[in-house]
Amino acid sequence: MSDFLQRFGRVWLGMVERLGRATLFLAQLVGGVFSLIKRPSLLWKQLHASGVMTLSIVLVSGLFVGMVLALQAFNTLIDFGQENRVGSLVALTLVRELGPVVTGLLFAGRAGSAMTAEIGLMKATEQLSGLEMMAVDPFKRVFAPRFLAGVIALPMLAAMFSAIGVLGGHLIGVEVLGVDKGAYWSLMQNSVSFTSDVCNGLIKGLVFGFVVSWIAIFEGADCIPTSEGVSSATTRTVVYSSLAILGLDFLLTAVMF
Amino acid sequence: MNSRAIEILVGLFMLLFLAAMFILSMKVSNLTSLTSTQGYTLIAKFENVGGLKERASVAASGVRVGEVTNIAYDPETFEASVTLSIDESYASFPMDTTASIYTAGLLGEQYIGLDPGAEDDVLQDSDEITLTQSAIVLERLIGQVLFSRSGGS
Repeated sequence: MSDFLQRFGRVWLGMVERLGRATLFLAQLVGGVFSLIKRPSLLWKQLHASGVMTLSIVLVSGLFVGMVLALQAFNTLIDFGQENRVGSLVALTLVRELGPVVTGLLFAGRAGSAMTAEIGLMKATEQLSGLEMMAVDPFKRVFAPRFLAGVIALPMLAAMFSAIGVLGGHLIGVEVLGVDKGAYWSLMQNSVSFTSDVCNGLIKGLVFGFVVSWIAIFEGADCIPTSEGVSSATTRTVVYSSLAILGLDFLLTAVMF
Repeated sequence: MNSRAIEILVGLFMLLFLAAMFILSMKVSNLTSLTSTQGYTLIAKFENVGGLKERASVAASGVRVGEVTNIAYDPETFEASVTLSIDESYASFPMDTTASIYTAGLLGEQYIGLDPGAEDDVLQDSDEITLTQSAIVLERLIGQVLFSRSGGS
């Protein structure tokens, strides 16, 4: 019995200890961001690796999500004679919720796991220790560029996801299903507010980018430096990032809307 | 990949983001109406505003000329006091203009319609529209129909 309690306590204390380590790591990360002004080429390279490389999956997913939303919305709204509101529904769903959340999940799966694997492998092959030996701060050189790139890229990708989703909704709603084109766009414009919908969606993207990048880089830097350790760190990144995104989305929606 | 190609791709990424933001702000949301010209305010008091909401449109002859900026309850006159913001280019409403609450379509959202009168004096900023017509409340309408039917038979 006491054995069980000991193990239970140790697991929870281990989690709390890890969370504390992660928070101290975040403080050093944010400190390292300021030195990026002197060396912006590091940031461009990471923006390319996280942002540009995730572009294809975000755009294709956005298109299909928009098309599916329009299809489902039409099937339900036509019962009430309100099929003209397809545009409104598609735009609000994408801009407020699906844009940031789905983009966050895709980003965590593609760019987040890549960051974790790369940093974990650097740790396993002792490159990070090598950098420290040369008096190069790995936070400034390796971690901070990836962190800032994630924070910047995710809201941008979320905006692109929402925009192409709305266009995909137009494609299905207006061209295929026969919703009136003028009604699609004008009803949408009347119901989507720039400040409270589009900007809140961007804020969500910013928060998700912060959290996903933090988790990805921390898991990579904190992993056990073996191949098994790197692989379990990568899966942990995706799982924790996804849970964090969904939990934070609920909190942010409750606060904002 | 050399750094020049990387920079070009990141630049294209930024351009794509700007295009997406342009689509989202101009085509999807109502940003264009937010940047419209300044307006002047008018007050109208109604017995019942029905389902009128803030940012509902104010129309004259069916054309949108402004929006509702505030709906408040006046505890002294026991009426609802609605503040309208009218576009400055439409500054020639006579003093006996009627403000009525109409519904767009059968079950759509409600808006305020302005019917101009015949006086020479023109409504200025912060003037009150004295002639108003409240929204039609469905329950009262049904009550009137039932009352008139039972009275007849």
